[in-house]
Amino acid sequence: MSQSILRSTETRNGLLLGAAVCIALLVVSGVFFLTRNQILDTQSTQLKSHLSQLLVKDSFNNEPSTDTVLISNTALGTNEPMRIYRARINDQPVAAVITAMTPAAYNGPISYLLGVSYSGDIIALRVTNHTETPGLGDDIEIRRSDWVRSFEQLNPTAMSESAWQVKKDGGQFDQFTGATITPRALVRSVHQVAHWFARNRDTLFSQNVSESE
Amino acid sequence: MSKELSTLQLAKDGLWTENPGLVKLLGLCPLLAISNTAINGLSLGIATLMTLVVSNTLVSACRSGIPKPIRIPLYVLIIASTVTVIELLMQAWLPQLFLTLGIFLPLIVTNCLILGRAEAFAVRHTIKMAIADALAMGMGFLVVLVLLGALRELIGQGTVLADAHFLFGEAARHWTLQVFSQQHGLLLALLPPGAFIGLGLLLAFKNNIDRLQQQEPKSNTAPITTNAQPDR
Repeated sequence: MSQSILRSTETRNGLLLGAAVCIALLVVSGVFFLTRNQILDTQSTQLKSHLSQLLVKDSFNNEPSTDTVLISNTALGTNEPMRIYRARINDQPVAAVITAMTPAAYNGPISYLLGVSYSGDIIALRVTNHTETPGLGDDIEIRRSDWVRSFEQLNPTAMSESAWQVKKDGGQFDQFTGATITPRALVRSVHQVAHWFARNRDTLFSQNVSESE
Repeated sequence: MSKELSTLQLAKDGLWTENPGLVKLLGLCPLLAISNTAINGLSLGIATLMTLVVSNTLVSACRSGIPKPIRIPLYVLIIASTVTVIELLMQAWLPQLFLTLGIFLPLIVTNCLILGRAEAFAVRHTIKMAIADALAMGMGFLVVLVLLGALRELIGQGTVLADAHFLFGEAARHWTLQVFSQQHGLLLALLPPGAFIGLGLLLAFKNNIDRLQQQEPKSNTAPITTNAQPDR
């Protein structure tokens, strides 16, 4: 008899736990649906503000944040598909913002966005994610240093590879005191991405918009 | 009257005698990882405080209906749901902060401080008391996070309140106080070892104050009592 009581307590506990899970699910999914639009809005505002830093203002009249393709190519520093945002004016290609990364940094990969015009001039470069040493390698962040601006207006395809290096390697880009690996990785990666873009720009601009991930 | 007294006692416990960061050493992982600036510390502190208040309230409100054998899964369910809701709200309205806190926001679930307070306090006390306890313990944790963050930030990069605009909006961008140039900062303070050393210093500081307070009344009593407790 005591066994049947035990069993009924267990059943009751199980049912109680199940009911609690259902309530928790309801609450969490309720909040998820309430905040979903706000979260999407916030994300797209953030993306647009990022893109506006990487493109010349008023040079395009499409919406680059939705005119995107997903590309897998080792030139972008990874085998994962990377997103490329396309800016056009009256359907003519103007510029692209390329998501890329370099695995050759000091402490894990550096992800960045590269704004490059159709003719190959670099518009801007912004590092989006990195784990470089704070105080040494993090001068690649725009909020810490203007170093990433030294790429602007340059055209890697019009320059010799020996000039497109950090100063220590005989090129024109500053390295940081105590940190050469970080800027070297970024300088070489930008060169590679820009050359890849120059070779593939027509295919890139003619591709259909990729479905979201 | 005794209730008011015990609220005061709770506040004292949370902020000093039983401080989760300095005495119980609960939630060390987020404490050490996110305390590299005062603002990061404050953000995680607020998120933890909110979670603690909500979870303590819910646990205390359901305490008569929580059967002992399944109490731990129920606590975890309550805490995990609370954190998920806070995470969604933060992602929607404080996206910068959401990005700064990163993985440490969902990891609040695993902060044993919250589960600990549910089991040790909330399930045995009224809602009012549980909220008071959550506020006290959460504030204690928050203060340690902010202090450690400010200390590391000052030594590491010579600033106080850097990136305040992540939490307080654009107007707070100018709150940052550059005490000395970033080049003269001691990098060690920003790296993980600096977190341990900083926490160690805070611990030593607190223990020293406690010891001094203990010694004072003893100096009035017979010297035998002092000898009975050898200096450790």
